[in-house]
Amino acid sequence: MSAIVIFLALIAAVVGWWLSHQRLMSKPWLEAGPVTAFPETEASLMHPAKIGLGVFLAVVGTLFALLISAYFMRMVYADWQPAPVPKILWLNTAMLVLASIALQGAVSAAHKGQPDNLRLALLIGALASVAFLGGQLLAWRDFAAEGYFATENPATSFFYLLTAMHGLHIIGGLVALGRVNFRAWQSARSETLVLPTELCAMYWHVLLVVWVVLFCVLMGWAADLIDICRGLLT
Amino acid sequence: MVDLTPHGAGPISAAEVAEVELYHPHGWWTKYVFSQDAKVIAIQYAGTATAIGLVALVLSWLMRLKLGFPDTFASITPDTYYQFMTMHGMIMVIYLLTALFLGGFGNYLIPLMVGARDMVFPYVNMLSFWIYLLAVLVLAGSFFAPGGPTGAGWTLYPPQAITSGTPGGQDWGIILMLVSLILFIVGFTMGGLNYVVTVLQGRTRGMTLMRLPLTVWGIFTATVMALLAFPALFVACVMMLFDRVIGSSFFMPAIVEMGTNPLPHDGGSPIMFQHLFWFFGHPEVYIVALPAFGIVSDLISTHARKNIFGYRMMVWAIIGIGALSFVVWAHHMYVSGMHPYFGFFFATTTLIIAIPTAIKVYNWVLTLWRGDIHLTIPMLFALAFIVTFVNGGLTGLFLGNVVVDVPLAQTMFVVAHFHMVMGVAPILVVFGAIYHWYPKVTGRMLNEAMGRFHFWVTFLGAYLIFFPMHYVGLVGVPRRYPEIGDTAFVPPSVHTLNEFITIAALVVGFAQMVFLFNLLWSIRHGRPAGDNPWRATTLEWQTAGTPPPHGNFGKELPVVYRWAYDYSVPGASEDFIPQNDPRPRTQGGSA
Repeated sequence: MSAIVIFLALIAAVVGWWLSHQRLMSKPWLEAGPVTAFPETEASLMHPAKIGLGVFLAVVGTLFALLISAYFMRMVYADWQPAPVPKILWLNTAMLVLASIALQGAVSAAHKGQPDNLRLALLIGALASVAFLGGQLLAWRDFAAEGYFATENPATSFFYLLTAMHGLHIIGGLVALGRVNFRAWQSARSETLVLPTELCAMYWHVLLVVWVVLFCVLMGWAADLIDICRGLLT
Repeated sequence: MVDLTPHGAGPISAAEVAEVELYHPHGWWTKYVFSQDAKVIAIQYAGTATAIGLVALVLSWLMRLKLGFPDTFASITPDTYYQFMTMHGMIMVIYLLTALFLGGFGNYLIPLMVGARDMVFPYVNMLSFWIYLLAVLVLAGSFFAPGGPTGAGWTLYPPQAITSGTPGGQDWGIILMLVSLILFIVGFTMGGLNYVVTVLQGRTRGMTLMRLPLTVWGIFTATVMALLAFPALFVACVMMLFDRVIGSSFFMPAIVEMGTNPLPHDGGSPIMFQHLFWFFGHPEVYIVALPAFGIVSDLISTHARKNIFGYRMMVWAIIGIGALSFVVWAHHMYVSGMHPYFGFFFATTTLIIAIPTAIKVYNWVLTLWRGDIHLTIPMLFALAFIVTFVNGGLTGLFLGNVVVDVPLAQTMFVVAHFHMVMGVAPILVVFGAIYHWYPKVTGRMLNEAMGRFHFWVTFLGAYLIFFPMHYVGLVGVPRRYPEIGDTAFVPPSVHTLNEFITIAALVVGFAQMVFLFNLLWSIRHGRPAGDNPWRATTLEWQTAGTPPPHGNFGKELPVVYRWAYDYSVPGASEDFIPQNDPRPRTQGGSA
């Protein structure tokens, strides 16, 4: 359970930092009147959708931290035999990086009010993500063709479980990104698309980070890293 | 007295508050069925939770009948008993208490109490309810599935949960249960995002965190915890579904079923499931308890006409309990075996939680001290909660110690403990809260005589059920057994006590029917309540009408000038000053 405890410690740090700005030491029973003196204790000016997505991504992070925790807990048992990870995952990773870069480009295009660039960047982002998903399916096919089915070994079961979970999150994101694409092609006004594009980019960046971590776990690097840390500690 | 207004500045105009775009219903369907108004969604949540809760209540009767009169109810086989037990536990903990506190009270009270027109994402909020309803229907559907619902116990421990010796293990029962839980978690996450972001972003001007009523603090913190804890159950459910449906071996060790039938699994770790389950399961206790703590604080303060004692400490305690509850989960696994240092660590963290909890209890008592206590029905339930919670909490201190827990873990003592602390105590708060806020929801008071009858029968009856159960457990009567039979260490008095407990349970159950009748009867025949029958300070009592209209407040959102507990302020003309009253305290107290 170390992965999830570390992740929650990070969340606790963020929450603690935020709470430290909320005057938890104040004595509300002695204070009356409008609070113009402490504007930071009021609701922030950030758009609720951004904060909502941030909270949701914390939940998504918790989910994957738990899956990784389970992975590490399971891998110490004797029957664990990691399978060679399909090579195509490297290409898929590149596709997801491309999608993330494209969406970042879309954000700056939306800010600058360049509808053509925005459309192009959004389209590249969506297509690269679809390519990523297709690549993951190919990886599954190769994996199964080599005889690694989901029930073969816990390591292969985890391979399918982790990639499926991540893929489902990408599919969910693609629904939103598809709608943004549709709206971008319908209207020439890019300023209404600033917020949705930013939300998509934020979601993609986090899912990219999640994927990179999962990739490290599946490649066995994470386990090596833990061994090194353990060696240093003892 | 610190005045936060810069010198010379008048009250802020409400026009500075950014208005949210509200979705306006166009017809009957979008107003009452597919509604995006949090108040309607709250009632939908509460109604669904109550309906499925009644099923769980009936299941508890059937279990008690079997335990009290095993020969008369021989038709209840051990298999059906396990099914009743599993469904009773799962429904009560997740589909009733969690859904009612967060989906019901959270939806109704958060926007009203923080001064918002609605939740920040009303459409997602509506989806949340419909997915919850689907989860409940899938769960209820498992009663009609071949093989019936799962009988794996509410903890669903593998390997037994998915082997054929357990009811529903190789049939549809366990699959439907896991699917229903997954749906519930998806639906809850949608609602939970709303509750959190509404508290963060929906607060009206002047409503700082330290001016929030403790009800909102409790629900808010519990929601944050639930958002972080439910994924653990989600992961556990998905992985068990893999094991059950495609035959992987996440949790399932190599196992030979019924002595002859080897299952396809190999090498999995059942302990891993327990870690994941209790990583969710223990915070779940506080996910139910924290809203109850918050609500009870407000009930006590309002009905004792006195400011809450130690508001800051109450807030810190809520945050502290929320954080600590994530590092105590393995105390549910003492008998599963673990490294002694881990046992020591988890026993220590478990006992440390008693400190913020005790602070809260002391503060409630000190709020009552020399208060102008009105023994209204909400107050009676609040007082009953304090007593019951202390009772259940003390037996929790017994069980938190590894050496005491190991002999008691498998006995009825544990059943008595968790029913006191997690069943009866929060339900008493639910009742108190319903008596308190029903006038706001419907515009009418609940009938007083029926209410008092309901209170006394429920409160005393719950003690008649669960107090003797501690003794039954101490003599070693094991839990999870449908009948004990003639066992040497069980004295005959236990059988008499079991019959007594069963009769008490039936009577308490009957009192709940009176309560439900009261809920329906008072909608038409209750005494009109007016806008603020309890003369309370918080914003939900200062709405434009009762019940509050769509959009909650009138043309302008209220601006908050003070904390939520200005009761019996010396020098004020009334014994309460609403949060949106701009006048300095000495002149405050509008009629």
